[in-house]
Amino acid sequence: MIRPAVGLAQRKVLSVEAPARVTLEKGGETQVTIRVKVSPGYHVNSDRPSDEFLIPLRLHWEGPLKPVETRFPEPKQERYGFAEKPLSVFTGDFEIEVRFRAPVGAAAGEAPMTGKLRYQACTDKLCLPPRTATVQFTAEIR
Amino acid sequence: MRQSQWWIGAVVLGVGAAFLGCGRSDYRTAEATSLKPAHERNMAPDFALKDADGRTVRLSDYRGKVVLLNFWATWCGPCKLEIPWFVEFEKQLKDKGFAVLGVSLDEGGWDVVKPYLERARVNYRVLMGNDDVANLYGGVESLPTTFLIDRQGRIASVHVGLVSKADYENDIKTLLGQDFSLLGDPAGDSAGRGAGAAESPVG
Repeated sequence: MIRPAVGLAQRKVLSVEAPARVTLEKGGETQVTIRVKVSPGYHVNSDRPSDEFLIPLRLHWEGPLKPVETRFPEPKQERYGFAEKPLSVFTGDFEIEVRFRAPVGAAAGEAPMTGKLRYQACTDKLCLPPRTATVQFTAEIR
Repeated sequence: MRQSQWWIGAVVLGVGAAFLGCGRSDYRTAEATSLKPAHERNMAPDFALKDADGRTVRLSDYRGKVVLLNFWATWCGPCKLEIPWFVEFEKQLKDKGFAVLGVSLDEGGWDVVKPYLERARVNYRVLMGNDDVANLYGGVESLPTTFLIDRQGRIASVHVGLVSKADYENDIKTLLGQDFSLLGDPAGDSAGRGAGAAESPVG
């Protein structure tokens, strides 16, 4: 069996963090800041890529809280040698703000929330396949 | 086959590692492998994949030709810079014992790939890849990854990431054994030698 390229393929170029815990009332809302770090030399497409074939940054959630609003930062318009036009990307460290609401009928107590950040990263010379980074926090619903 | 696969993987990893450690902004040379001497080349693993018309295509169908085997995807910007070069190579060299084979690794399949092929006016055969074929070639998770395969079906060079058009031209010309300009001499026969003058098989 072949294995070497897997090491290259699994090179981690993005990490994502959330606060360990948030507290809110039933029917209430809270805002959570998701911190993302992209390795130097890499970029990920923004949530609004400049080309229809590019894969946008997407954040989905599983858990009792409902995401009411997701605000990505203003993307950078970067020029790369492989593209004629600037690309809408995120690089380095950036934050995604998500406002959650606890349903009125939610069960009181602690509940896990899991976010799936789908991204597609490139350098100025190569691209890695689309991947999903997972982020978790605990929601305490009162 | 096992030995061949290890060799391919090692080359992909080595070239990729060298590539990732390179901070240069130009597209030349650092990432490019030179052609391996013929006697050191290993056989390219055979595969069977479908083309856009649903026909099964095997790499072994191309034995006797120099093949540029390009793994790519529509979401890969650097890949799309290379595609017009490959269109040009195919146009100028298809009658001289050369062929481009594209292998798309798009998860969206032909629904995504066909519109792009039309937009880019791709004139060479593109196949829909899968994990099995990617694994045969060392994983191929960084795109573009391009293998140049000699007339005997052996891997002569591997390029991981974007390299220059000139790098491809030099390698292809050497493999075809022809001393013509890909750009300036579309007829391709200024040196008075045909495809039969390709390098001698060794090993």
